[in-house]
Amino acid sequence: MGEGVRIRFDKLGVVIAAISAYAAFAAPFATFRANRIVPGEARSILESLPAMVGPLLMAIVVAAALIALLKTPLVLRLAASVVALAALALLIGVAGSFLTPAGNTFARISPASGFWLLIFAFTLLLADVLTRLNLSPQARIGVLVAAAAAIGLLLVSGSWNSLSILKEYFNRADSFWAEGSKHVTLALGSLAAAVIIGLPLGILCHRVEKLRAGVLNVLNIIQTIPSIALFGLLIAPLGWVASHVPGAAALGIRGIGTAPAFVALFLYSLLPVVANTVVGLAGVPRAANDAARGMGMTDRQRLFGVEFPLAFPVILTGIRIVLVQNIGLATIAALIGGGGFGVFVFQGVGQTAMDLVLLGAVPTVVLAFAAAIILDAVIEMSASKRRVETA
Amino acid sequence: MKAWLPSLLRLALVVVLIAFVTNPGWFEPLLKPLTENNAPVIYNQGSLLTLTLLHLRTVLIATVAATIVAVALAILVTRPAGAEFLPLSRSLVNIGQTFPPVAVLALAVPAVGFGEKPTLIALFLYGLLPIFENALTGLTTLPANVVDAARGVGMTGWQRLVKVELPLSAPIILGGIRLSVVISLATATIGSTVAARTLGEVIIAGLLSNNLAFILQGGLIVAALAVLIYDGLSAVERYTAWRMGREPE
Repeated sequence: MGEGVRIRFDKLGVVIAAISAYAAFAAPFATFRANRIVPGEARSILESLPAMVGPLLMAIVVAAALIALLKTPLVLRLAASVVALAALALLIGVAGSFLTPAGNTFARISPASGFWLLIFAFTLLLADVLTRLNLSPQARIGVLVAAAAAIGLLLVSGSWNSLSILKEYFNRADSFWAEGSKHVTLALGSLAAAVIIGLPLGILCHRVEKLRAGVLNVLNIIQTIPSIALFGLLIAPLGWVASHVPGAAALGIRGIGTAPAFVALFLYSLLPVVANTVVGLAGVPRAANDAARGMGMTDRQRLFGVEFPLAFPVILTGIRIVLVQNIGLATIAALIGGGGFGVFVFQGVGQTAMDLVLLGAVPTVVLAFAAAIILDAVIEMSASKRRVETA
Repeated sequence: MKAWLPSLLRLALVVVLIAFVTNPGWFEPLLKPLTENNAPVIYNQGSLLTLTLLHLRTVLIATVAATIVAVALAILVTRPAGAEFLPLSRSLVNIGQTFPPVAVLALAVPAVGFGEKPTLIALFLYGLLPIFENALTGLTTLPANVVDAARGVGMTGWQRLVKVELPLSAPIILGGIRLSVVISLATATIGSTVAARTLGEVIIAGLLSNNLAFILQGGLIVAALAVLIYDGLSAVERYTAWRMGREPE
């Protein structure tokens, strides 16, 4: 290279370096508020952290951004993103205790835009590295578990306890877990019901062509009804059932609350399950079916032995869509008294207490994200297993 | 089924919808049984027509912005210069879809305040994903012989993009826009939880005052709009697909 080393830039690195430069030098790292609802005052990295720690974080951010900016080996980029993210996660907790005046229980410290942008920039780097590494499905689940363990450790160790979102949590720890389990029950329960009803319905639609268009059209139209309206519309019929069908009220069926939310989520879940079952079964190669018929398989044997296993990855894709969608939609259940993490989101919006909104929104996003990664991995595993078997 | 029956049903739906938003009073007897204690039958804190138009405006602005950005991004990552971003952009689209709309709305409030703006941000982010995904599919599954032929006749990269690649991908991109509009129409109602003026206002007023007639009229107007716009865009899509000689997705 005699004439001097040619420096080669990574294109994504330019984006990451630009975002981190702005976030570290120009944007506030943390917000200080005298109590939970007053407007906050911005604090930079150097103001938020003890004397030596602030410059240290600056140095880590600059180094990681430089590694991202230049064409560097994947392993180095991986290390840079993990170190930067870990430093940010640890030090925002340090900033929390450093900025809280001693003995003051009203002051609130929250991460500010600079922190979130830095997290975004280095998550982008991490996502890019992980995508380029082309991890196996098992390895992706492993990464997810490791990340969950690290976050769990930070939570248990109490290093984030001085942050505002956790103060909101400590004020309502019991209801947090109660609403959380309601949220998961709603999302998973309605999915289970949709699979139990949707799979046979999908098989029926596949076999009986006359039924197909009609059923899919009805399910399509249900999807166009806005969620808050569908939740509301179910209040009346379920209220009627509760008061007129003996035993219904004892089963927990009521006009408001969990029952209409459950039914609404179930109705929304049916379309992806039924449609993907139909598409999956239609995609079964004719040769496979002919071979099965030639071997003298009965209709039922053919369904369970040939068609179903071959259509399985497509059906799973439908289930993934439903699960991620249900975890998000379950937040709306709070509007009709159905509980779930949405309770905190809507309370927070009502009180303009953004940390309370985060207390509801963050677990929802984390759940949906984890569900998407796990199911994507399972779909890939089942699809590659199918290829091996049919090869 | 006779071929003209679906068109007739759609026409009837359009007529009923227009009659309902302009003269809701005519339908009062129909909805009356759904209310109790002489509660108002027709939403009375604003005209349904205004709210419908505001609702459509919000969806339109968000969809236009999402289309421009999503198609531009898809073009960028399918050019040689942006090819590095292709795998990452796929992962980002996947991750983006896991954010529930309510969370996006609520988190946008501190940054931009209550009202229409957080709704526009949420609709924009939600609209991006289906359009981007379809634009990517359209631009990466072009028939190779056509692209080669375009190169063979000496077209520049820009000419190929504007005269060959984009027109050929148009039906698939339109499919993404259609999905995105239907999602946005329903999601815009949630915007009313942060004080955006959309038809969600009617539904929420119904939820708060336990007035089934309000919930039904708000929900049905949105559903009717979604069905009609979905059908309309499907027709445009079939037309462009037929013009391009390409099967719609």
